[in-house]
Amino acid sequence: MKRRNAIHQAIYVILLSLGGLATIFPFIYMISTSLKGPVYVFELPPRLIPSNPTLQNFVSAWTSNNFGRYFLNSLGVTVVTTLLVVWLGSMMAFALARFEFALKKPLYYLVMFFMMMPAMSLIVPQFILAARLKQVDTLSGLVLLYVAQNIPLATFLLRGFLEQVPREIEEAALIDGASAWDVYWRILLPLSKPALATAAIFASLGAWDEYVWAFTIINTPEKRTLPVGIAAFHGVHLSDWGLVFAASLIAVVPVMVLFIALQKYFIKGMTAGALKG
Amino acid sequence: MQTAQLRKRLTPYLFLLPGMAFLMVWLVYPMGHAFFISLRDWNPVPGQPSPFVGLSHYGQAFGDATFRLALKNTALYVAITVLGQLILGVGVALLLDRLLRGRVFFRTLYYLPVVTSWVVVSLLFKYLFNSSPAGMINYLLVDVSHLLAQPVAWLNEPGTAFIALYSLGIWKGVGWTMVIILAALQSLPEDCFQAAAIDGASGLQSLFYITLPLLLPTIVLVLIMLTIGGFQTYIPIALVTGGGPLHRTEVLLTYMYDQAFSDLNYGYASAQAYILAAIVFVISQAQLRLHRPVDILA
Repeated sequence: MKRRNAIHQAIYVILLSLGGLATIFPFIYMISTSLKGPVYVFELPPRLIPSNPTLQNFVSAWTSNNFGRYFLNSLGVTVVTTLLVVWLGSMMAFALARFEFALKKPLYYLVMFFMMMPAMSLIVPQFILAARLKQVDTLSGLVLLYVAQNIPLATFLLRGFLEQVPREIEEAALIDGASAWDVYWRILLPLSKPALATAAIFASLGAWDEYVWAFTIINTPEKRTLPVGIAAFHGVHLSDWGLVFAASLIAVVPVMVLFIALQKYFIKGMTAGALKG
Repeated sequence: MQTAQLRKRLTPYLFLLPGMAFLMVWLVYPMGHAFFISLRDWNPVPGQPSPFVGLSHYGQAFGDATFRLALKNTALYVAITVLGQLILGVGVALLLDRLLRGRVFFRTLYYLPVVTSWVVVSLLFKYLFNSSPAGMINYLLVDVSHLLAQPVAWLNEPGTAFIALYSLGIWKGVGWTMVIILAALQSLPEDCFQAAAIDGASGLQSLFYITLPLLLPTIVLVLIMLTIGGFQTYIPIALVTGGGPLHRTEVLLTYMYDQAFSDLNYGYASAQAYILAAIVFVISQAQLRLHRPVDILA
């Protein structure tokens, strides 16, 4: 029996490793290509381990091709978006989880509706609006839309969390004369750290990776974010794959590090809604 | 006392106000405006008249061969990638559930494509499916495995271009399905399996008669979420084929975007956007009927 189990386990590991190899292989090849000079990008046979590895692509992406600038743009937009989303979303979640009022249900359905709504389907009127508000070709124009797009999910996640926090603590505080703001700011927010982390992760991933809106409203090269900068660079230098992937790794590595470090919040956020059926 | 009462009743609205303001300005108002635009031959120049054309843009979509092709391409993309992600995702989750050691390692590995930007993975697949003999996929199929005699110009023909796009869609999404299914597997009641084992059920029997039926609600949920996501695919097509050659790989959103921002047909593009939103809305309603609402993720 024990031997049979060991054989089963070995089969599982082999199957999972084969699948894992297919999953990870494109990344390995991307890293390898980013370390190759231009002449080696289409060598035959293609090599996984570069023959003359160089960091030149990373250096020139960061310095002469503006990716340092794009990185800072992306970082700024992501940080501001995330703070606003978590703050505004947690206030909405607090109202929806802790109060009874006439518009509670319709407003909650509105939030749910925009979680399902295809984000890109409103891009035409949003672009017209951005033009009217003088937000075209500005980073604030990115933040404004990203905040609106990411609030529904944050509200949903945080409301689900707050619903399960027992009310005894805040009731005691209310009897002691605390205001609703005190309850929100001093009691519930500190208790909600794991849920806030989950909401923040999804909001920042949404802002960091967003491409279509940024591609649509940003014209000035200096205002590009990383995804737009990478796609634009590829559009001009079609075969300079080494540099494209060096720039891509600059964009992807922070996300992967964050994901690996904060995995448990990622997984919680993904499965929270899906499973408590 | 009265002011205190009023304050109390206003409190939830005050907490909702700033967030709702963002939703109203950037989502609710544009949704109404999109419908208004879709009924007109919209002139993008401010101040110029935009003649009212009724529902004719909606009619135009169904007479437009490219739109119909985009709809067909999207439906096929959804069918193939959803099925692929589901089968592989459930398979990997079942294996991981039985694995005694290394579960977190493999879960992380399979999840990496999910957290990687669509722009980056789209360019990566464009490179892998390069038409030269030194393109990685050509090399693996021709020189390594001898499955093909000649290198293929993958992205020059719609048929082969979609093979690249389907592989990308499946590769990127398996991890998401796996995580949801794995969490569901780990919350299944142990006693069912113990009872079945005592009654002498084999592994396969308990898989088909206990595990899969118990998983069914989660599988249906994942199926619907993936379908909704699939209908919204844009970046991989825009970056890998650009909808070409000759609009043959266009999907709903690439065609809509082109109509809007290349041809400046805002009215027609808005009608197309409404058709897509209606499709997604119907699917998500099906989900609400079947299951409690869930979050949509990365």
